[in-house]
Amino acid sequence: MRSNTQPLQLKWILAFIAAVCLVFASSAFSAPPAEKIYKIGGIFSVTGPASFLGDPEKKSMEMAVEQINKNGGIDGHMIEAVIYDTEGDPSKTVMSVSKLINKDKVIAIIGPSRTPTTLAVIPKVQQSQIPFISCAAGNKIVEPVKPWVFKTAQSDILAVASIYQHIKNRGLKTIGIISVENAYGQSGKEQLLAQAPKFGLQVVRSETFGGKDSDMTAQLTKIRKENPDAIVCWGTNPGPAVVAKNLKQLEMDIQLYQSHGVASPKFIELAGNAAEDTLLPTGKILVADLLAESDPQKQVLTEYVTAYENKYDTAVSGFGGYAYDAMYLLAKALDGTGGDRAQIRKNLENIKGHAGVSGVFNFSPSDHNGLDPDAFVMVRIKNGTWELIK
Amino acid sequence: MQEILQYIFSGITSGAIYAVIAVGFSMLYNSTELINFAHGEFVMLGALSFITLSGPFQLPLLSAFFLSVAGVACIGMLFERLAIRTVREPNPIVLIIITVGASIFLRGVGMLVWGKDAHTMPPFSKHPPLDIEGAKLLAQSIWIVAIMFLMAAGLHLFYKKTLTGKAMQACAISQKAAWLAGIPSKFMILLAFGLSTGMGAVAGVIISPITMCGYDMGTMLGLKGFCAAMLGGLGSLWGSLIGGLLLGILEALGVGLISSGLKDATAFLLLLFILYVRPSGIISSVNVERF
Repeated sequence: MRSNTQPLQLKWILAFIAAVCLVFASSAFSAPPAEKIYKIGGIFSVTGPASFLGDPEKKSMEMAVEQINKNGGIDGHMIEAVIYDTEGDPSKTVMSVSKLINKDKVIAIIGPSRTPTTLAVIPKVQQSQIPFISCAAGNKIVEPVKPWVFKTAQSDILAVASIYQHIKNRGLKTIGIISVENAYGQSGKEQLLAQAPKFGLQVVRSETFGGKDSDMTAQLTKIRKENPDAIVCWGTNPGPAVVAKNLKQLEMDIQLYQSHGVASPKFIELAGNAAEDTLLPTGKILVADLLAESDPQKQVLTEYVTAYENKYDTAVSGFGGYAYDAMYLLAKALDGTGGDRAQIRKNLENIKGHAGVSGVFNFSPSDHNGLDPDAFVMVRIKNGTWELIK
Repeated sequence: MQEILQYIFSGITSGAIYAVIAVGFSMLYNSTELINFAHGEFVMLGALSFITLSGPFQLPLLSAFFLSVAGVACIGMLFERLAIRTVREPNPIVLIIITVGASIFLRGVGMLVWGKDAHTMPPFSKHPPLDIEGAKLLAQSIWIVAIMFLMAAGLHLFYKKTLTGKAMQACAISQKAAWLAGIPSKFMILLAFGLSTGMGAVAGVIISPITMCGYDMGTMLGLKGFCAAMLGGLGSLWGSLIGGLLLGILEALGVGLISSGLKDATAFLLLLFILYVRPSGIISSVNVERF
């Protein structure tokens, strides 16, 4: 009896395995190759601590895709955006990228929003050979140049150069640095320290603060001891607003420079009166209406701001433009490629003179950011609003 | 000298906040032998509701203060009634894990109600900072320290002079014996939750003008307050005050004299050290059991 059932069971098991194999095989074969639609992946930190970056980026990418499709797509191909939320977390970002490449079979990826998440996915992107345009600011993303990795956000190198140029023009000599303890602050601090000698400046003290600290008077007191001519603060909200407040409370009469990380109305709201007279570099978007008509970015900026504010009914921030530029650059590169990744990459590398929201892009094999210091303007906060400095 | 004084001033400011939070931890522990890890979230609720009431709703500071503290205390009591009392086998580990869950829940609620951005408000009084030997003392710091002492004194009187306070302490010593003596122990625990979370709200309110308040501010403040309570001796009112101030001053001095990277490390190194050499804290009022 028992010897009789044994082969029978074995037969069933084999049959089952065969059936399972068949199901999987057929599903693998039946996946239709995307012919009519170009799928583009988007990964942004839509929620979590960096949602102020990811949320406008997601909205801007969706808006750009909608505009492109409305105008007939690319060579007749419609675009479909597949967007995942990274929550600003590197491991979730890596998983999303794997999903985009293996499951959704996208032909290019835009995002993520933050430098740490971008750095985490670069090996995967390089290995999979997929065109990738990051929206993060960190300079390490494109330095050294990696063939498949591009970025649209202005590098902190350029922001530091703009600030230092301004300090130098005013004849100031010594500076104190206070930066936040994360990748953004770290990268900014490195650039501030590295570029100071080039502009003849001396960094007399460099301090750090935690992103959620409630009080920075101790650090500022330490900087005050060295009596610098100016203080450069490098961080994203809300820390820098506390620095501005504490500086006023300590009645320290030292010019404060902030980074482009706080270039949003939120900073003025948080720091209130203490924000007055703060100087900072920003992309032109904050001062779009103050720009001269001859500015190459004037038209695209006005279009973007109007479209965004009409569609989402919220004030535009400087960050959504990174994804908007990335989408339009990609659309330009996709033209005539039929979705061939290597061709898209090559086209991206050869884009010249593309006026975007964040600047005029001139990519080359040795420059995958494509922006120059003109992408930044210096602004002063006066009476609760921005004032363009020539 | 001027620098040291400035470090001490900023240390006292943040130390007083830690102290108020630590007193909340301590008083709940004193009455229920429970550590409420959602305490930091009640601080957040207090701060944000105060900002909303005094900002968009335009209430005068004093009524906004009482309304937000009372509101948060009600939420605290609701929390006790719905999540703590209903536990069938209330052993400490289960209850502590419930409070951790509650903290995640409250943070989520805070994010939905107030959004992901930070909020702030102007100081209570427009007085310019005082100049003492070149170091600046903020008017708000004086408010914070004054409120801290008022609260501590009030709590001290409540425990020593009122019947309810004594009944609450009796409950902590033995719930069953207190019940046999006619003390409504369940009500006492409810009251303890209300008082403790209300105190958390006070901490939130007084901190709101000097910092940026967001839905995620509670975690770090709660942990620092817990460190301060452990440092001073869990369950001891004056121990919590001393622990909080000590922690704040050591943090500021650590930043000023050694390195700014050490700020948060100071609290946790201190906590480890205390747990190692003197697990009952500087001023020990109760025997601490390790479970």
